[in-house]
Amino acid sequence: MDSSKRPNRLFRNLSAKIASIPMILTAVVVFLGGTAWTVIYSFTGSRLLPKLKFVGFDQYERLWSSRRWMISIENLAVYGICSLILTLLLGFTLAALLDRKIRFENTFRTIFLYPFALSFVVTGLAWQWILNPDFGIQGVVRGWGWESFSFDPLNNPDIVIYGILIAGLWQGTGLVMVIMLAGLRGIDEDIWKATRVDGIGLFKTYTRVVVPMMRPVFVTALVIIASGIIKLYDLVVAQTNGGPGIASEVPAKYVINYMFRAQNLGQGFAASTMMLVSVIIILVPWAYLEFGGKKHG
Amino acid sequence: MADTTPMSFDAAVLTEPRGPKPRRRLSRRNIFLYGTLLLVSVYYLLPLYVMVVTSLKGMPEIRMGNIFSPPVEITFEPWVRAWSEACTGINCDGLSRGFGNSVRILIPSVALSITIASINGYALANWRFKGSEVFFTILIFGAFIPYQTMLYPIVILLRELGLMGSIGGLVLVHTIFGMPILTLLFRNYFTSIPEELFKAARVDGAGFWGIYFRIMLPMSLPIFVVAMILQVTGIWNDFLFGVIYTKPATYPMTVQLNNIVNSTQGVKEYNVNMAATLLTGLVPLVIYFISGKLFVRGIAAGAVKG
Repeated sequence: MDSSKRPNRLFRNLSAKIASIPMILTAVVVFLGGTAWTVIYSFTGSRLLPKLKFVGFDQYERLWSSRRWMISIENLAVYGICSLILTLLLGFTLAALLDRKIRFENTFRTIFLYPFALSFVVTGLAWQWILNPDFGIQGVVRGWGWESFSFDPLNNPDIVIYGILIAGLWQGTGLVMVIMLAGLRGIDEDIWKATRVDGIGLFKTYTRVVVPMMRPVFVTALVIIASGIIKLYDLVVAQTNGGPGIASEVPAKYVINYMFRAQNLGQGFAASTMMLVSVIIILVPWAYLEFGGKKHG
Repeated sequence: MADTTPMSFDAAVLTEPRGPKPRRRLSRRNIFLYGTLLLVSVYYLLPLYVMVVTSLKGMPEIRMGNIFSPPVEITFEPWVRAWSEACTGINCDGLSRGFGNSVRILIPSVALSITIASINGYALANWRFKGSEVFFTILIFGAFIPYQTMLYPIVILLRELGLMGSIGGLVLVHTIFGMPILTLLFRNYFTSIPEELFKAARVDGAGFWGIYFRIMLPMSLPIFVVAMILQVTGIWNDFLFGVIYTKPATYPMTVQLNNIVNSTQGVKEYNVNMAATLLTGLVPLVIYFISGKLFVRGIAAGAVKG
């Protein structure tokens, strides 16, 4: 190959094709094939081993009548909506503050972003300790003399998901801040001058001029946050392991429990197919907006 | 907001009749600005501080005092115990085993995934063939498919290959799931290299591999560093694949950590737990603090284009 002076078209393609085999295999066999396989087997009654014995929508019926699944969905919805709004709001606010030509910008950015380098397991365990009812925040405040103070989200089924949210926000907001900061840096200096000439207030400049201009950045951030939310698993396992009881279960954990612990493969496949469907519902409108008119890339 | 004109100059021009107003360092705006930033910083730094402080205390002190107070008597025993004595089930040889496993998973995974992805990216940028963009699009959309849908088919795949439960199997899994983002990263980078260079090399008779090794590789060291940062932190922090595709003897550090801390038997040793947590977080933290701007660039490149 190296020595040939003018490789013909077929030969050139051959080399690139051979080099792309791992990519093609991954895309077609694992991503497409694997997903299709799971969807097909979600209509079977597979238990310990996958068996092609179709049972129609039985698995889905059982899934949607399962209390555990409903709790999982509810938790994901609460966590998802809160984390989406708060991450965008906090991320943008922090980025805007850092963008005000402040001193120690790098220090602040380093502080806000470092949790993102940590794993969800580390995040979950750290916050599990801070929210520990006896030694954590609650214990400390009680130690100050406020005996009736109560802040124990991880042992209260009603608010446990917010305890996880605190940790999730801590870990993930830095990333959105960095994306927003990059977006803010891309806004022309003339825009700022123009709004100052027109005497538009700072808050109004942000909400009416800057945010609309950063629409693509917001969309990107939205997609990243949304795809992260659906994957929520390690954090829950580390922080509460789904407890107390099943109060902080999430769909990803449901899938893994049924596939690898409860040996009810069909149920796991059905649940994971539902996760796929929810991703498609988010992804398709975005892909349409993003790549609808122009060519991909 | 580039640093072209100082603020005071602008203010002078724009509010001419009043004349330039000297900027006080402690204006209300600055107090609000730095106050907010400092407050948020506390939220971000608190867990790290609490972890460090807890890991340096003895158990009696933890039971007595509060988690925010600095240790009265600094002890490194929890760190030693976390590293070499902490128990998971019947094994009591500490996190060192998980660390060893994670290193043995990390090195081949990073090497393999970056090698494959860089070649993919290069082929996609410079040697497009019929269908290459289709495969690439599938690959990118694959990055959004929840892992849960592909978990079991991969179990079957690994079983067929005889790699289930082994470190080799996990390396393969990391290579597969790292591929979309890394391929995108390399493809975008190679596309930005001037095409004239590629054409000149072609005229001089260099082929696919010749151009890759002699031109593209030497020119793209920064992007390799970015990819490495991305992969090292990503693979080190992985929990899901570790827990599913390995067995207790080959558990990576994150899985072992979770088993140590969340095991229900025995008395909870919070100081050992926090030392173990910090030990697990140390590798990505060190990479983060050393790499600084490159880390930001890596996640920005991965995120914004994704």
